[in-house]
Amino acid sequence: MRRRLGLLIAILAATLAAPAGAQEKPRYGGELVFAVPSEPPSYDAHREETFGVIHPMAPHYNTLLRPDPTDKTATRIVGDLAESWTVSKDGRVYTLKLRRGVKFHDGSEMTSKDAKASYDKIIFPPPGVASDRKGEYLDVEAVQAPDPYTVVFRLKWPSGSFLMSLASPWNWIYKADILAKDMRWYEKNVMGTGPFVFVEHVKGSHWVGKKNPNYWDKGKPYLDGYRALFIRDSAAQVSAVRGERAHIQFRGFSPAERDTLVQALGPKIAVQESPWNCVILVALNHEKKPFDDKRFRRALTLALDRYQGAQALSKIAIVKEPAGVQVPGLPFATRPAELEKLAGYGHDINKSRAEAKRLLKEAGVPDGFSFTYKNRGVPMPYEPLGVWLIDQWRQIGLNVKQEVVEAAKYYAELRGGNFEAAADFQCGYIVEPDLDLYKFQSMDRSPANYSRYVDRTLDELYEKQGRAVDPEERKKHIREFERRLLDEEVHYIYTLQWHRIIPYNAKVQGWTITPSHYLNQQLDTVWLSE
Amino acid sequence: MLVMWRHISMAVTPATVADVPEVAERRGWLTVVGEFCRQRRLGAIGAAVVVINILVGLGANVIAPYDPLATDYGAMLARPSASHWLGTDAFGRDVLSRIVYGSRTAMLVGFACAFFGATLGTVIGVTSAYFAGKVDLLIQRLMDIFLAFPLIILALAVVAILGTGIGNVIMAITVPMIPRAALVARSSALAIREMPYVDAARAAGFRHRRIILRHMLPNVMAPYLIMLTAYLGQAILLEASLSFLGLGVAEPTPAWGLMLRGAAVQFAESAPWMAIFPGLAISLAVFAFNLFGDSLRDALDPRLRTQ
Repeated sequence: MRRRLGLLIAILAATLAAPAGAQEKPRYGGELVFAVPSEPPSYDAHREETFGVIHPMAPHYNTLLRPDPTDKTATRIVGDLAESWTVSKDGRVYTLKLRRGVKFHDGSEMTSKDAKASYDKIIFPPPGVASDRKGEYLDVEAVQAPDPYTVVFRLKWPSGSFLMSLASPWNWIYKADILAKDMRWYEKNVMGTGPFVFVEHVKGSHWVGKKNPNYWDKGKPYLDGYRALFIRDSAAQVSAVRGERAHIQFRGFSPAERDTLVQALGPKIAVQESPWNCVILVALNHEKKPFDDKRFRRALTLALDRYQGAQALSKIAIVKEPAGVQVPGLPFATRPAELEKLAGYGHDINKSRAEAKRLLKEAGVPDGFSFTYKNRGVPMPYEPLGVWLIDQWRQIGLNVKQEVVEAAKYYAELRGGNFEAAADFQCGYIVEPDLDLYKFQSMDRSPANYSRYVDRTLDELYEKQGRAVDPEERKKHIREFERRLLDEEVHYIYTLQWHRIIPYNAKVQGWTITPSHYLNQQLDTVWLSE
Repeated sequence: MLVMWRHISMAVTPATVADVPEVAERRGWLTVVGEFCRQRRLGAIGAAVVVINILVGLGANVIAPYDPLATDYGAMLARPSASHWLGTDAFGRDVLSRIVYGSRTAMLVGFACAFFGATLGTVIGVTSAYFAGKVDLLIQRLMDIFLAFPLIILALAVVAILGTGIGNVIMAITVPMIPRAALVARSSALAIREMPYVDAARAAGFRHRRIILRHMLPNVMAPYLIMLTAYLGQAILLEASLSFLGLGVAEPTPAWGLMLRGAAVQFAESAPWMAIFPGLAISLAVFAFNLFGDSLRDALDPRLRTQ
């Protein structure tokens, strides 16, 4: 008991110590060393979707806009290469003024021609060029560069999320002349305007960047350079931070790993925590019986004691609280009083489970009915959540078997509909309803809808919230969308919101955690206190 | 592991008709068991642990103090106490109950893999030896291909193709055992093939199947039994390895290897009982099977008997 209390005090001290350094005067020099649990499949962020690209490579680039690096919620947008912007009255024309004197690492000047060429590649990629997020820009009619320092985006309809889209950490600005010669040059090469210049990449080992002496933001960066170490095994990552061979790992550690580091390093460790814009979902295959019956689906969500689960699982896994379709605490999040009204979110679990049993009986599902839950072969947090889900469903008389599917086979199983119930996930790179809710549209609109349903009412609600410029109106549509998705139809089951925990060497200053592990990775504001 | 396999392969070659313990049948099994216990004490201890393991597996629902799947979030990571003798895991599940039920999984996988692996391997090996010539050459080269892969690598490959789950794990462990058993059985059968009674059977016009099944297979029983016991321990260890790697039995099924992964690794320092007790169960079972197997080999191998 005394030991646990000591640990609690140590974690609290480490957490409180974390932001203090941000107010000190930054110190120049030093090399930041960080662990990356993944590796870039290619060097082109426009086509990739793993943080293994962002973490080692984002310091070489800039985007037009970005979330304020000091904002924990990452919802406040500031300029990066754009110094200002205006939106037309009808909400369809976005005009961005670019900074002057921004140089690529080869010494050439960055102009609106480069911004246009980069966005054309993202939104209107030519045949043979992959763009992972072009579907998010269906509202863009044209990108224009009327003068060297102005970029104009013309939209087909007003969008409540477009500014956020321009702050996407994936939309690096590439050099137009290079793209004109070879659209795929950036898959194997690096050439940006960012605070650090590329030095070397040794596959399976490390990535090195050094300070850009001609960086446009005078006085930055503070570091002489950085070194990203590719370490897949989480125990080895903990050892690296514990042995002070790495200062930080930006994706996140589990509560147990945090405790190990805090206990081992005491005041040498600082901790930042945040709700994480990731959630594990249960995809319920509407093409299989009895998953086509919404009474059965409703029973499955009613069986979950999310509040007890959150309390227990937060001790052993990177999850923390029950939530709706938005990260708790942020502008479009569901308030607790509203959340409780959704099926499976009530506090009286006995009442919920009695209702679940009644629904199973009504749907003709016998006691002891068996089905298979296909889980993703990624230990954290899929494994503990899988055990918890199976235990919860056992409480209403269902006999659920788990099949763990390896990563390579997992998507093939999901896309092919070869499952009854399966673990799925939603992990947004920025907290924005358009991006977070996109996957839940009907399967003919969203290829990531693995529950395999068609629901035009839901599609309509998605469009309404996306086109609502007034935040209050948008919030209303999001709530309706949420009610239909999780309560009325139970197309999907939301489990628990992920919780991001970053224990790191207290020497690291000037970095702020956000709800996304894709954000705040330019490292221009980061410095080492010694 | 490879060394152990070679050791087994060398130790059980080649038994002949004369080596089959017919005397044992005449003396009655109780006498034989008594003699075995007196002469090979370590083997007897191993056999006793094996029997206990089997009984625990069979009577798990009577012996286990708790339902192995029942979670208790109020007692997560509880240290060993009067209510939970071996503590609880990260979901508040009783570790002792999961070990008790886990022995059922271990025995099921162990016996199934050892039986199918040794039996199919023996049939293939004896058939190969009996036909000799091109058939033997073809079968042996095929076996050589499988033998070129380390046991765990081949098992991993089979699981990667078939997927996880008890049935697939049994298949994954059985497949690499077959060529090893075939090699041992063939070397024994080559000697039997030259026996006059086999020639006599051929001359009498008996079918190949009858000669193999009735005249040759019964005479490779000694190496077969030795392989069976040796493979049991190996199969349990392999099942635990695959489950530990997340490629074997899936949660929430109680299995020893599975109990060693995930939270057991994360909480190795603060809740060591989660890893220590299932680890001990695996070690004890494998050690017992190996002790028993070695003693059985010593008892049945005529060369060692005379030394």
